[in-house]
Amino acid sequence: MTQLSSVRPIFRAVVSTVVPEAGQLNERGWQELESLVETTLEGRPPAMLRQLRMFLRLIQWCSVLRFGRRFSSLSPARRARMLTYLEDHRIELVRCGFWGLRTLAFLGFYGRAETLQAIGYAANSRGWEAQG
Amino acid sequence: MTRRSYDVVIIGSGAGGGTVAQELSPLCRDGARIAVLEKGPKLRAEEFTGRELEMAQALYEDGGGFLTAERTMTLAFGSAYGGSTAVYTGTSLEPPQRVLERWNVPELTFADLQQRARKFAAENNVHLLEDGRINENNRFFVEGCRRLNYRVQQFPVNLKGCRGSSLCNLGCPNQAKQGTDRVQLPRAEGNGVEIVTRCEVLRLGERTIAARVHAKPAGAKGEPSSWEPGEYEIDAKVIVVCAGAIHSPALLMRSRLADRLPRLGHGFTCHPAIIMVAEHDRAITNFVGHPKSYYLDQFAESDRFLLETCMYFPFVTAKAMSGFGPEHSRFMRAFPRLQMILVLACDEANAQNRVTIDSAGRPVVHYDFAPQVIHGLVQGAVTSARIFFAAGAVRAHLPVARDPTMERADAGRLDQIAQHPDFKPGKLSVSAAHLQGGCAMGRGPEDSVTDGWGRVHGIPWLFVADASLFPNSLEINPYLTIMALADRVAEVIREEAHTLL
Repeated sequence: MTQLSSVRPIFRAVVSTVVPEAGQLNERGWQELESLVETTLEGRPPAMLRQLRMFLRLIQWCSVLRFGRRFSSLSPARRARMLTYLEDHRIELVRCGFWGLRTLAFLGFYGRAETLQAIGYAANSRGWEAQG
Repeated sequence: MTRRSYDVVIIGSGAGGGTVAQELSPLCRDGARIAVLEKGPKLRAEEFTGRELEMAQALYEDGGGFLTAERTMTLAFGSAYGGSTAVYTGTSLEPPQRVLERWNVPELTFADLQQRARKFAAENNVHLLEDGRINENNRFFVEGCRRLNYRVQQFPVNLKGCRGSSLCNLGCPNQAKQGTDRVQLPRAEGNGVEIVTRCEVLRLGERTIAARVHAKPAGAKGEPSSWEPGEYEIDAKVIVVCAGAIHSPALLMRSRLADRLPRLGHGFTCHPAIIMVAEHDRAITNFVGHPKSYYLDQFAESDRFLLETCMYFPFVTAKAMSGFGPEHSRFMRAFPRLQMILVLACDEANAQNRVTIDSAGRPVVHYDFAPQVIHGLVQGAVTSARIFFAAGAVRAHLPVARDPTMERADAGRLDQIAQHPDFKPGKLSVSAAHLQGGCAMGRGPEDSVTDGWGRVHGIPWLFVADASLFPNSLEINPYLTIMALADRVAEVIREEAHTLL
């Protein structure tokens, strides 16, 4: 049992909407991504993990009200509309909640060495010498 | 509970604490016992890997993700041997005369502070980077500014043996930045100052300190503390608090000094910042070379913003851009073609923005974006976009616009964005690393926490020596000014050593 196990399908649906390339990850890639997120959360107050789980469930059920289906069952276009709605919400707390979730999605995806290679990021401690 | 006794205890080892430690260290030759208590770890040279997440976790408070109470801004500050000097870019500017005059602190003159700042500039090898070491990310900024007739300036930087890793903000893997971790702290240790890492100060009493030394967590970077893990009570004839603009006021509040010092925690400013990103039509040198070599301050007075070159890492860059989905990914996939500019707002101290503590004594930072801050960030973003396009970028990302992606052909839309920005706290990624105020210098307890020499009002043995002393925003990168102020604090302690110690 991991920190995200109870909300994994929603979390993965959100991450795949925030970073569409995440949809191509295999199970190993997802585990790596989630492990980075969980390691980060381990060092933060326990309330943060509770809030994350609560916010993910909120997204799942708000989608039912808005689109008649749970978030994880929506089409990619409708998922994006749902998240845009939260990102731009009139209540600041909701916007902050989505910002936090989006941040974790980016952390997990762009924290992976494979992603860095894919986007061409190759900073090297040898600096100019490594440029050849 | 273990008991220890010192003549002077310095809390924190950053620009302030490291400087005080060095400047007081000659007293060790006369038998004085001096200790620096640092909450963070000391890393071994080979542990600076440049890997974004692991270095942020090792060197920053909360891994660089410390949030304000409103959760609308991230505050980045170091927690390591050398404090934030372990993670800055080494930019070293002298304090501006106009700001010092506005501060109007008794016995603090521009000439005195400038002279001290120059002393540390020389000591820490501050110089202008030679032209051949400037990367295209910086060159494009210069070219764009010059085409627009902006008065771009080069940052003096404190580097020695820089190989251009671009990883300054993750701790230099080549130890090229001459922060207190490289210069002042080793000298202090050489003179007999004891430096204790992983030591968290809980509260102060009457010439005593309650502290807790943490064990090195399994798998964590850094050396274990030289003290055994556990609780300590430390006697000290003089205490110098240098824990930074968040932890210094919080520590004094935990020590029940708020009633005596009603201005404690007030006057917090931080240069709220947004990262601007633009794409060129070819790969440029961006993640190689020193990341922050130029700045533009000509709009600091008129529009309350500064621009600085910058180059961040993939996760921070992704977080800094607004939105998500395919458009966001498109910029990220263009990483080798990206140019970046940091927009910093010149905020002013006000009644809302301050540091408090929660019921457990942890610091809480309250920060509302004042209209002038929003104006500064928006105008800075629009000005950055003009610079990007003048330098040849094909596309820019404007986080303050409802539709953030802008092609060069649409640059005419910039005026409209400047007038009708989409600035929603919580939606936009705003971060800050120049944390200032909270223990301001001034005349007396009614307007400040310390006098012009950093001595806490009414407590002759207690001093503050860090950016929390600033009565208002410095409007530039703060490190040399912190060192200059810390030098004054050390001087007064040396002069009064015969009575204080």
